[in-house]
Amino acid sequence: MAKFKKKGGKGTPGISTASLPDIIFMLLFFFMVTTTMREATLLVRITPPQATEVQKLEKKSLVDYIYIGPPQRKALGTDSRIQLNDQFAEVKDIREFIELGRSQRDESEKQLITTSLKVDKETKMGIVTDVKQELREVGAFKINYSTAKKQDSKK
Amino acid sequence: MARPVNEINAGSMADIAFLLLIFFLVTTTMDTDSGITRKLPPPPPEDMEDIKVKERNIFKVLVNKNDRLLVNGEQGDVRDLRRQAKEFLANKNLKSGAVPEDRPEKKEVDIPLLGGNVWISKGIISLKNDRGTSYDMYIQVQNELAAAIRELRDEMTQDYFGMRFDQLTDEDKIKAIQKAIPVAISEAEPEDIGGK
Repeated sequence: MAKFKKKGGKGTPGISTASLPDIIFMLLFFFMVTTTMREATLLVRITPPQATEVQKLEKKSLVDYIYIGPPQRKALGTDSRIQLNDQFAEVKDIREFIELGRSQRDESEKQLITTSLKVDKETKMGIVTDVKQELREVGAFKINYSTAKKQDSKK
Repeated sequence: MARPVNEINAGSMADIAFLLLIFFLVTTTMDTDSGITRKLPPPPPEDMEDIKVKERNIFKVLVNKNDRLLVNGEQGDVRDLRRQAKEFLANKNLKSGAVPEDRPEKKEVDIPLLGGNVWISKGIISLKNDRGTSYDMYIQVQNELAAAIRELRDEMTQDYFGMRFDQLTDEDKIKAIQKAIPVAISEAEPEDIGGK
């Protein structure tokens, strides 16, 4: 059995590093897949409500986000606040926000802009209604109530 | 004398790496944005007159600040809402405009893919909420109403094309079904009854 004859060398041979690139690529792919770009640092706490009839938001580049929820810093109170981009805002700031969003898109895409409302489920409808009214005034009619997917339990 | 150590075979390392990669690919759920898409109505013009809609054509849903429901003048439950809305909007016979007294009227619309002139329901769901209603409740109600419309569309698609609505790929067919069963949800201007 000459094939299995032990080599005569002494000492430990180095571990092969041939597969190191594979491991690195794996890590790279993993992070590529799981990373979602955050649009803004959240200043408000948002637990989205659950719903069964959800649709996926497509073309994320055409989505503007409005966050509504209680501030994360307790010192700012527990009343729901509006967050646009990286700061707190008032209802009247929405007009500027929407117009800024429009100016960043091509003319042909302006009709397709969706405004996603990410609202905490404990929020009262009053503030949401105000935001909706303002969006109507500005002409941002396409909205999306952000919700988490719930499995449909057939009652 | 020390035993000679064999070189570790690294040939299968790549396989292990790919196995791990596939494992993570499968198990990681991507953080996708999803939600209920709605279209807001344009603001009413100054000189707009109130559009009169017959009582029988409206399915009224009111949500008060304690998240209680009033459906067509009676106390309701969010769990029954889907069935009630479906009953209201149900349209079994597209060929005839005749409806019982307690059902919404129908109107004639031309949809070639469904066989020319068909009768579709004039029913409108009117949703009104208080400023004190919780967002969660509002979404639950919207969800049940959306589910009712989705189920009706599924049934009609099954009858005409033999599949579910979300399985349709032909743009014209989707349009036809959407026209036959529109998302007839009208939201009233909010009222401040219950306070904050």
